[in-house]
Amino acid sequence: MNHLPQAWGRPRDDVYGAYNPHYLPHSHGGHQAGHPNQHTQSPIVTGTSVLAVKYNSGVVIAADNLASYGSLARFTDVHRLKVFNKKAVVGFGGDVSDMQYLDRLLLSLHVEENYAGSGDVDDKESDVALMSAKNLHTYLSKVMYKRRSEFNPLWNALLVAGLTESNEPFLASADLLGTTFSAPTLATGFGAHLAQPILRRVVPDEEASKALTREKAVEAVKECMKVLFYRDARSMNEYSIAIVDKESGVDLKLDEKLEGQSWAFADRIRGYGTQTA
Amino acid sequence: MASLFSASLPSSDPSYSFNQAPTTASEPRQHAFYPYTDNGGSTLGISGADFTIIAGDTRSTSGYNINTRYAPKLFKIGGDGPNNENARIVLSVVGFAADGRALKERLDTVVKMYKYQHGKDISVHACAQRLSHLLYNKRFFPFYVTAILGGVDDEGKGALYSYDPVGSYEREQCRAAGAAASLIMPFLDNQVNLKNQYDPNSGPGLEKKPREAQPLPRETVEQLVKDAFTSAVERHIEVGDGLQTMIITKDGIQETYSPLKKD
Amino acid sequence: MFRNNYDNDSVTFSPQGRIFQVEYAQEAVKQGSVVVGIVSKSHAILAALKRNAEELSSYQRKIIPVDTHYGVALAGLASDARVLSNFMKQQSLASRLTYDRPILLSEITSRIGDRAQTNTQHYGRRPYGVGLLIAGVDARGPHLFEFQPSGVTLECVAGAIGARSQMARTYLERNLDAFEDCSRDELIKHALRALKDSLSQDKELTVDNTSVGIGGLEENFKLYEGQEIASWLETTFENKAEGEAGGGEGMEVDS
Repeated sequence: MNHLPQAWGRPRDDVYGAYNPHYLPHSHGGHQAGHPNQHTQSPIVTGTSVLAVKYNSGVVIAADNLASYGSLARFTDVHRLKVFNKKAVVGFGGDVSDMQYLDRLLLSLHVEENYAGSGDVDDKESDVALMSAKNLHTYLSKVMYKRRSEFNPLWNALLVAGLTESNEPFLASADLLGTTFSAPTLATGFGAHLAQPILRRVVPDEEASKALTREKAVEAVKECMKVLFYRDARSMNEYSIAIVDKESGVDLKLDEKLEGQSWAFADRIRGYGTQTA
Repeated sequence: MASLFSASLPSSDPSYSFNQAPTTASEPRQHAFYPYTDNGGSTLGISGADFTIIAGDTRSTSGYNINTRYAPKLFKIGGDGPNNENARIVLSVVGFAADGRALKERLDTVVKMYKYQHGKDISVHACAQRLSHLLYNKRFFPFYVTAILGGVDDEGKGALYSYDPVGSYEREQCRAAGAAASLIMPFLDNQVNLKNQYDPNSGPGLEKKPREAQPLPRETVEQLVKDAFTSAVERHIEVGDGLQTMIITKDGIQETYSPLKKD
Repeated sequence: MFRNNYDNDSVTFSPQGRIFQVEYAQEAVKQGSVVVGIVSKSHAILAALKRNAEELSSYQRKIIPVDTHYGVALAGLASDARVLSNFMKQQSLASRLTYDRPILLSEITSRIGDRAQTNTQHYGRRPYGVGLLIAGVDARGPHLFEFQPSGVTLECVAGAIGARSQMARTYLERNLDAFEDCSRDELIKHALRALKDSLSQDKELTVDNTSVGIGGLEENFKLYEGQEIASWLETTFENKAEGEAGGGEGMEVDS
């Protein structure tokens, strides 16, 4: 019998090994006492994959609404798609606090962009000099690269979806190392393994994306969100989806539910759900 | 580090998953963040009598994943505006793509400022030395790239410079870099510099004279580049998708793209 | 004897609310040779009269192409203009690097305006002794801006600064309504005529003393000098010369 009440119900070190607090902040024993505060060395509260597909007149982007704390499904209403303006949406994977920092950065950029000193356009959203998704992606990739070069990375994988200056569909990614690339379909995190192959079947190259309709693009993305929910343990069935279209602008839905799930494959897997034997 | 392992060793004392006593200071934990990655791919450059050719595949990888099938590794340097019109210098970078892009942008800015301040285009050899300085100045936190710079020199001859990540450089006839460098370079040694090739009529056995390397005609070089890459694609998983080629002559830069196997 | 006690530095107001150092700086602009700028729906044009210190020396640089989409024309201290144009070049490259877009002309103008203003509010600083016309095309179309040593910036349809520039402005004002729909060639003619109106009687526009800078929706900003402008000078002034008295400037020989 253990006589220390605070030890009751806790995993024993001789059975499970010492608890590894490395991901915890300094104040919670995550770092050795007496050492200075360190930069983010690993993400804490995280979002999983972001997916996006270019189609003939725009881009579809989606990410689920879950923010995980390790393996704990901590927050189920975190919206990881951020609308910058009518030409650009950013999807965030990785650390949620870094996402919130970047979101504030985007807000200040938005304010700067619309500051009266830079022009006298009355309707800011119809300004022909509006910052395009391409401009925003270049900016964000510089921010990411600068922070990695300072050994203080923003622990995210970003997708920037939207339109170029000439209103062509645009999709590109930037990650914590400042690596950037662009493709007709992109997926971060687990999605790079699970969703990207499916999306590439639908859209193998730029030509195929120019022939793809909005409906087909949305369908492909929704299908991939479902596959990810089946196989990614850090995902959930509620997600955000945004469509940036050159005709209709941004259409963001924050609380979509996965449809047409089939868990038939799990029927004979023991240890799931309400089975008792 | 040490406490993490010693705590789980079998012991008669009870130990728990929370701190019983104040933690004792130990050496700082190692940084978990590693600021580099390898994006794969390969590049290659060959200089001729009055031209230089630089080529690179367009695949970008992260481990076993393909990021994209079109990420150029060749960049025009200098010239006018964002599209580098009228440029006469090409930089190829392979390794860590983000560093490659940063390096390219720095060099391009330097070359454009040179033109703004001096009213004339920079020469390739000056540009080559400047690139060396850019790399060397960051030697304690290097750009993780292998660079190849190509152009036409003051005498109108093809010029090709190759670099290591910290700025050591030399002018060469040909150079392969990147993931498949070890596959392509020996092929180039043999076909461009005629290594291990002997004149059959120059004597008996070991007294045969080695063949002298000559600048190759453009058609031959273009074919060598194609062969080098189609072969590299077969043997290296990080090489493929597309081949981007730039041929620099006194009249400008001719750029072509041709598909490679996507598997 | 009267002595102005309020012009020793650029941070002291006179009792009338004037800052003399700034006003003197504006006089420096009037010492520079004249430059003209005009915009149409599709083009922005700068034209400048270059001076040479003596017959055997080269002519000044009056128009500086800064980025591919715009350039500046200067009147006043050329060295101050170089400091400003270097700053503008850096800012333009920075915009291209961080956002991958050409900087807006309104933006770059207000940045040099802010810089010039700080010079008028710090002890020991001197205002820039130069005025600029900034012309080119950005995402919002063709633009012309004027910059003054005081830090004042204005957007205009047409403008002229420098010595005797009032004559050019009079010409521009008279033709103001025509500029918007002008073709490229017509706009060049207007600019050259305005420039010529500012010339003293004994002077002519020649391929040596004139420069023209042109930016358009379909073309990068480019500086034209020497023989490149010969045909424009010819077509602009041959008609005029015929219309005017035969013994006018057209007949004048080298002096």
